[in-house]
Amino acid sequence: MYQPNEKGFYGNFGGAFIPEMLIPNIEELKSKYLKIITSESFQKEYHRLLNDYAGRPSPLFKAERLSSKYGANIWLKREDLNHTGSHKLNNTIGQILLAKEMGRQRIIAETGAGQHGVATATVCALMGLNCVVYMGETDMERQAPNVARMRMLGAEVIPAKSGNRTLKDATNEALRDWIANPTDTFYLIGSVVGPHPYPDMVARLQSVISAEIKQQLKEKTGTELPNYVIACVGGGSNAAGSFYHFLNDNQVNLIGTEAAGMGVDSGETAASMACGDLGIIHGSMTYLMQNEDGQITEPYSISAGLDYPGIGPLHAYLRDIGRATYIPVTDQQALDAVMELTRLEGIIPALESAHALATLGLLPFKTTDNVVVTVSGRGDKDMKTYMEHFKL
Amino acid sequence: MNRLNTLFQQKQNLLSIYFTAGFPKLNDTLIILKALQDAGVDFVEIGMPFSDPLADGPVIQSSSTKALQNGMSLKILFEQLQEVRKTIDMPLVLMGYLNPVLKFGVEAFIAKCEEIGIDGLILPDLPFELYNEQYRPLFQASNISNIFLITPQTPEERIRLLDQHSTSFLYMVSSAAVTGTKSGVSQHQIDYFNRINQLNLKTPRMVGFGISNNESYKQVCNYAHGAIVGSAFIKLLEQSTSLEADIADFVKSIRGV
Ligand SMILES: Cc1ncc(COP(=O)(O)O)c(C=O)c1O
Repeated sequence: MYQPNEKGFYGNFGGAFIPEMLIPNIEELKSKYLKIITSESFQKEYHRLLNDYAGRPSPLFKAERLSSKYGANIWLKREDLNHTGSHKLNNTIGQILLAKEMGRQRIIAETGAGQHGVATATVCALMGLNCVVYMGETDMERQAPNVARMRMLGAEVIPAKSGNRTLKDATNEALRDWIANPTDTFYLIGSVVGPHPYPDMVARLQSVISAEIKQQLKEKTGTELPNYVIACVGGGSNAAGSFYHFLNDNQVNLIGTEAAGMGVDSGETAASMACGDLGIIHGSMTYLMQNEDGQITEPYSISAGLDYPGIGPLHAYLRDIGRATYIPVTDQQALDAVMELTRLEGIIPALESAHALATLGLLPFKTTDNVVVTVSGRGDKDMKTYMEHFKL
Repeated sequence: MNRLNTLFQQKQNLLSIYFTAGFPKLNDTLIILKALQDAGVDFVEIGMPFSDPLADGPVIQSSSTKALQNGMSLKILFEQLQEVRKTIDMPLVLMGYLNPVLKFGVEAFIAKCEEIGIDGLILPDLPFELYNEQYRPLFQASNISNIFLITPQTPEERIRLLDQHSTSFLYMVSSAAVTGTKSGVSQHQIDYFNRINQLNLKTPRMVGFGISNNESYKQVCNYAHGAIVGSAFIKLLEQSTSLEADIADFVKSIRGV
């Protein structure tokens, strides 16, 4: 029920709205990805790298002080402890194995916060493959440490200079690169966005998050089903991974949080669910922010990783059928949540992840509830923003 | 039969020009169309600007951005073109991305195209399969030709499928590239053109992407029905101080007369 059909649609959402130039590559990927990623040899190598290289399973930590503050059992899924500092590596490990299997030598990626770019550059270094990362010029400035990390890892970082110079623009440039380099290049997309089969492929590769949550919660509480799973949504990959194995368990409330920027009515926002309607972005039919002429609106969020005018088609579908709820969170709410987690639990989260934490005060928890919040990444990359805002 | 079919039956070595509507100035559309017709261009592709044109290189991207800043929209474009058939006889093709068309409403869009006298559409991100399943009857009822792209990577089987469903011409993308980034014609491309010619397709081909001067125009005319010039023309518009005269000279220079 939560799988896309053979054309890549979840209900009305998804598909592959791509120019003819990309069709041969997408068709090849479509015909191979399931066979490869479900094969025993792939699974073995993927899990070996997840365990020994990424450091999985990531802990599920009972946050006691946060729990007493919010009157529920708050569990943190610590994707921030993954190698490279976010959940992004789960996906890049999987896709790099796929790229190798398909014989591609040159890897391209888009990045917003730089976490996906770093995770891609990392696996390229590991595998000895060439890596080119597109990143909006605005993001290169606000996430400078990640630009340096990518360069250290041997990647070429190319600034995207159109639009607001953020994630949307970087994705356009990566797609243009793929059009120009159709035979030797693999496009390693960083979220559950883009044309089919990317949303499904990335969701599967991130689903390790919810597989682990189930098992860990069972070990720690005796029950494998939490009452809530909360995750932030840029394109929606950490949320898709956190929801994946709970989708059929209707008693689990699934909460996605999107970046409201200055507020959903401010015009300075990236809340594609709250402010968007149906359209096509990066090859996928989904909710996106656009004007009345169908021109895509430039988004805004303090968080580079959530600063995207669209959302993965799986999430659009989950919202449409009422299976998941999406809550907008402003810059200020996210910043408050950063400081709260830092001071109550000694964990400095990424700005993206703080958008998930910021909803803890907004939900009607019962004291017996088990609430899992995915901390998608750590805050090192955001220190420049934190130094400014918290006057450090 | 529409104007495109008649043209392809009657004439070889066709020259088609692409320009972005609303660029350089919002109301230049009709001036440019008239100048192109007077200069003897065979047909024109009018670009509907989009915020995120992912098959286009920097030149067409920046013309689109400028056009949108100038206030161009589908609504305004259709207003500008309302009376176009009083002065323009050559075939007209609209080219653009699907999202603004969806937002306008596909049925309303096609109806408007028919009313104005548009002959063909190029919507690069509307894949053949979706067109075929959802929109073909609509296009056909209005006698509007949907124009498909083929590239050096398109497999033969798919080329034959697209050929079979084409009603005017196939847009043969000259190389693996976005618009306006490569120029000149290489041996590699000639091999590709020859390969396509040997397929004996029913549909005539126009070569586009990277055609920028008389040399490349003449060269591709040896292998196809004609050539499409886009980015080179946009660059001219960017610099032009006198549209009519500059457009006449530009077309002459491409034709080599
Ligand atoms: C730490 C972190 N969390 C979340 C995101 C948002 O991506 P997604 O919605 O795909 O999980 C990013 C993206 O850069 C990120 O770096």
